[in-house]
Order: sequence, then C-alpha cells, then structure tokens
Amino acid sequence: MGEFRVLEVKQSIFADNDRRADELRKELKTKKLFLLNLMSSPGAGKTTTLKKTIRCLQDKLTIGVMEADIDSDVDARSISELGVKTIQLHTGGMCHLDTEMTRQGLKGLEADGLDLAILENVGNLVCPAEFDTGAVKNVMILSVPEGHDKPLKYPLMFTICDVVLINKIDVLPYFDFDLEVCKSYILKRNPNAIIIPISACTGEGIEEWVQWLSKEVRNW
Amino acid sequence: MHELGLVTHIVRTIEDISIEVQLTNVSSVTLELGEVSGVIPDYLTDCWKYFRVKSELLKEADLKIFMIPAVTICEDCNRTYSTLKYKKICPHCGSGTTYLKTGTEFNIKEIEAC
Repeated sequence: MGEFRVLEVKQSIFADNDRRADELRKELKTKKLFLLNLMSSPGAGKTTTLKKTIRCLQDKLTIGVMEADIDSDVDARSISELGVKTIQLHTGGMCHLDTEMTRQGLKGLEADGLDLAILENVGNLVCPAEFDTGAVKNVMILSVPEGHDKPLKYPLMFTICDVVLINKIDVLPYFDFDLEVCKSYILKRNPNAIIIPISACTGEGIEEWVQWLSKEVRNW
Repeated sequence: MHELGLVTHIVRTIEDISIEVQLTNVSSVTLELGEVSGVIPDYLTDCWKYFRVKSELLKEADLKIFMIPAVTICEDCNRTYSTLKYKKICPHCGSGTTYLKTGTEFNIKEIEAC
C-alpha cells in the first residue's frame, strides 16, 4: 500500500448533483418533455391539487406522474384513477429525491413521448430544496393552516421556487393567516416568485395556475 | 434522515474522484460546514459511521468537520457581523438590507488517501 497523501478537493457536496441535473434538463429539452417538481410539507394538498390540475389538462396534454414517498402507494393509486400514467417511487427512508433518482423514475414511467411529467416530491420543506432534480420548473404549495410565517422559517425552499401556490384559501376565515403578509415574506426571499392563491377543494384560483403551467409546457 | 441523504452524496463524490485519480484507500475526509447550512455535525458523523462500511474505499475513513461561521454583510454601512447573534438587522447601523456572506457552505475540503 502506498503513502497516504492529502488531496485538495474543494468541491460542494451538491456540485455533482447540480451537474447531473443540468445534463438531465438538456436531455428533456431535446425530448420536449417538461418536468415539473412539486414540493410542499406533508398535508399541504399536493395530491389534491395535482388531481385538479390533471383533470384540467389531460385533454390537451399527455401527462405522467411520479409519486415519491418514503413508503406506501396511496398517492399513486389515487392519481392513477384519473387514467394518467403513474408510478410510485420509494425513497427508502430518504427525505428527498436527487437527479439520479428522478432519472430512474422517468425511465420507470416510460416518460419519453409525454408532454408533461410531474414529480410529486417527498413532503418536506428542507431537503428537497437542496437537491436539484433536473426539473424545468419548481413549484411549492403552502397551505393556509401552516401559517404565513413559513417563508421566514424555510427560506431556501421559497428562494428556489418559480411558483408558490397558497392552498386552502377557502378556510382563510378560520385561521390567523395574513395573505398579504405571507406574499411580502415570499417576495422578500424571492422577488421573482409567482404567487397564486388557490383552493384545490373549491377550484378557486386553479384556472390561473393551469394557464401558467400550460403556457410553460407549450414554450419548452 | 436528512444527514443520511447527504452522506450518500459525499460518498458518491469521493468515489468518483477516486476513479479519476486512482485511489484505493481513503483514511480521512475533511468537510467545510457552514454554521447555518442546516446540517447537524453530530448526526452527520453518526450517519457517516453507519454508511462508510458500505464502501470498500471509505470503510475506515474518519470524518473531520471544519465549521465556518455565519457572517452577514450590511449593504448600507458595508460592515459585517455574526449572523447567529444579530440575525437580519445590522447591529452597527440598524439597517435591514443585509445578506448572508458565509455560513451555508457544505464542501468537501480535502481527503487523505492513497
């Protein structure tokens, strides 16, 4: 065995994943496949919002969904009832998806030929924000019961998102949630964020969100 | 759980480097970790000990962590201060137009290997 020596590495631990993410985005561009990364905390309404979104778009676009969870397939089953291609990804205890896992997911979904692939990330506001999945756009859902202070508590998540959907606005009267204050907190972290208040339950605001998404998919 | 995911990325990065520069044994890995990176050093070390045995290259490698203090700079008076102590508001001039200069680092600084 040779002598041990010190090697200067000076590399961010995220650098390798970031490089893979850029490669994946390039491939998606040539395939004209739009990958959307959807994030939120558990229970913010990702699956319900997704179902509403799919119903609005499935006549115009071919859609596939990857459901990432630590365990179970309840979300994948619920989405597949809508008649779109769905697969469940199990992270085996991991709190986020990285580019390599996303790439495997797209392969499993047989996503080539789709217009839109949606990745429903693990419910978590911390780790998914740190790992680029290779998605074209990042969207997060913040729900009213979580409180308007979340952009201050999870700054990175709000910094990396292109769109923030504020969900469950139908229950605003029952919660101490200040929509304007929340918007100002988000914009302080991310001046370019598009903020759309919605209710996945009543359908309020969904049209604006779906219009944004279809435009982005068309332009990709 | 968060730290375990991060450890898998550290291992993957070092394994890639080891192929590039032909290393067979790593005895230590030194990280630079910012104070507000959100990574807990103790948890990271525990996850490291659990995960390193799965790698032939790293099974005996120690993890060394070099902490980097979080420092905020004020845009109005151009002075710096400790982020953990004073948060968002500049203690020198009271301005809120401040931004983080260092403290979110999460880098592999160096490895000791042959």
